[in-house]
Amino acid sequence: MTDQEILAGLAEIIDEIAGVPADEVTPDKNFVEDLDIDSLSMVEIAVAAQDKFGVEIPDENLKDLKTVQDVVNFVSKSS
Amino acid sequence: MRGSRILAFGGYQPDKVVTNDDLAKTVETSDEWIRSRVGVESRRIAAADETVADMAEAAGAKALAASGLSPASIDLVIVATCSPEVPIPNVAATVAHRLGIGAPAAYDLNAACAGFCYALAAASDSVRTGSARYALVIGAEKMTSWIDWTDRSTCIIFADGAGAAVVGVTGDGEPAGIGPVVWGSAGDLADKITITDDTRAIRQDGQAVFRWATTAMHPVALEACTRAGISPGDVSAFIPHQANLRIIEAIARRLGIPRERVADDIVHAGNTSSASIPLALSRMAEQGRLQPGTPALLLGFGAGLSYAAQVITVP
Repeated sequence: MTDQEILAGLAEIIDEIAGVPADEVTPDKNFVEDLDIDSLSMVEIAVAAQDKFGVEIPDENLKDLKTVQDVVNFVSKSS
Repeated sequence: MRGSRILAFGGYQPDKVVTNDDLAKTVETSDEWIRSRVGVESRRIAAADETVADMAEAAGAKALAASGLSPASIDLVIVATCSPEVPIPNVAATVAHRLGIGAPAAYDLNAACAGFCYALAAASDSVRTGSARYALVIGAEKMTSWIDWTDRSTCIIFADGAGAAVVGVTGDGEPAGIGPVVWGSAGDLADKITITDDTRAIRQDGQAVFRWATTAMHPVALEACTRAGISPGDVSAFIPHQANLRIIEAIARRLGIPRERVADDIVHAGNTSSASIPLALSRMAEQGRLQPGTPALLLGFGAGLSYAAQVITVP
C-alpha cells in the first residue's frame, strides 16, 4: 500500500469517527491541535485502522503519533 | 426445568446533586470537557454517613414493594458491590434483616461493574434449580468512598446509588424471562482498573479500558442475544453498564441498536458501577420507556476485568 493510499484510508476513518472532512486531513495536521481529536477518539481511530490496514497500533505507541503523517509512517512501516 | 423472570425493579439515588460546574471549582476541568469525554452532566453523591447498606435497603424496599410479594417470600438476597465500608459483615444479611426478610441466604458478590449481571445470573440459576423461591438482587455502590478528588480522570465519572430486582420462576409453560448469561473475565488486564494500598482510590488506564470495552464487549452482547434466540435489532431496550457515554454509544453502534433504545442514565447518574444497570432500568420503567413483555439486553463490564450479558423480558 502506498503512503497516498494509507492517507486516503485514514482520512475516511477520521471523517467517520471525528466528523473531520477528509480534505482537511493532510499530512502535517496535528490531531489534538488542528483536528480537535482527543485521546479516546485516537483509540477509536487506531481500532478502525487495524480493521482497515491490518496493522495494530498499541496504546503505548499512540501517544507518540501526533500528526497524520506519524500514523501514515507507522502503518507504512508495519504493513 | 422452569425458566426465571424479573418481577419488578427499584432504584435509589442519594439527594445530593453534584454538577460539572461544582467539580470545576475544585479540580482543573470544565463542563464542556466532562460532557465531551464521558457524557456526564451531573451525578449524585451519598451523604457522609450514608452507607452502601442504606442505599441497598432503599432500592430493595422499592423493588420488593413493586413486586407485590411479602418479605417472607424472599429466601435469597444477593448484593453486588465493590465498595462496602468494611469486608465484614457483608451488606446482604444486614439489608435482608432491615427489610424484614427472615433468615434468607444472603451474600455479597464482587464483579465490580459487571456485578449486577453476575448476581442476576446467580439468582436466576438458584430459583430455577429450586435453591430459592424468590431472590432479591441488588447492585449498590458508594464509589465516592474510593475516589481521589484531585484525580480529574476519575472524580468526574464515579457516583453513588443502588438498584434492585426481584427474581422468581416463570409459570408452567411460560417462556423464560431471563436468558442464558454470557459471562467471563480477562485477568490479564487486571491492572487496568485498580485500588491499591498506596492510593486507596480508583485508578484506571482510560485508553486501555476504552479500547477493551469498545472492541471486546459487543461480541459478548451479540452472543447473549444469540443464546436468547433473538438478534440485537429485536431488543426494545439496551442497558449497558453506564461507564462512559462514548463507550455506550460505540457498543450500540457496533450492535446496530438505534440510539433511542439505548440507556443513557449516566448523563444524570454518573457511573455507579454495579448499581448502574438496575438504576437505569428502574428509571426507564418509571419514565414509561420500557415496554412490558419485550426483550431488553443487559451488558455489564468493568474491573477484573469482568463482564456478563443476558437478555431479559421486561416485567
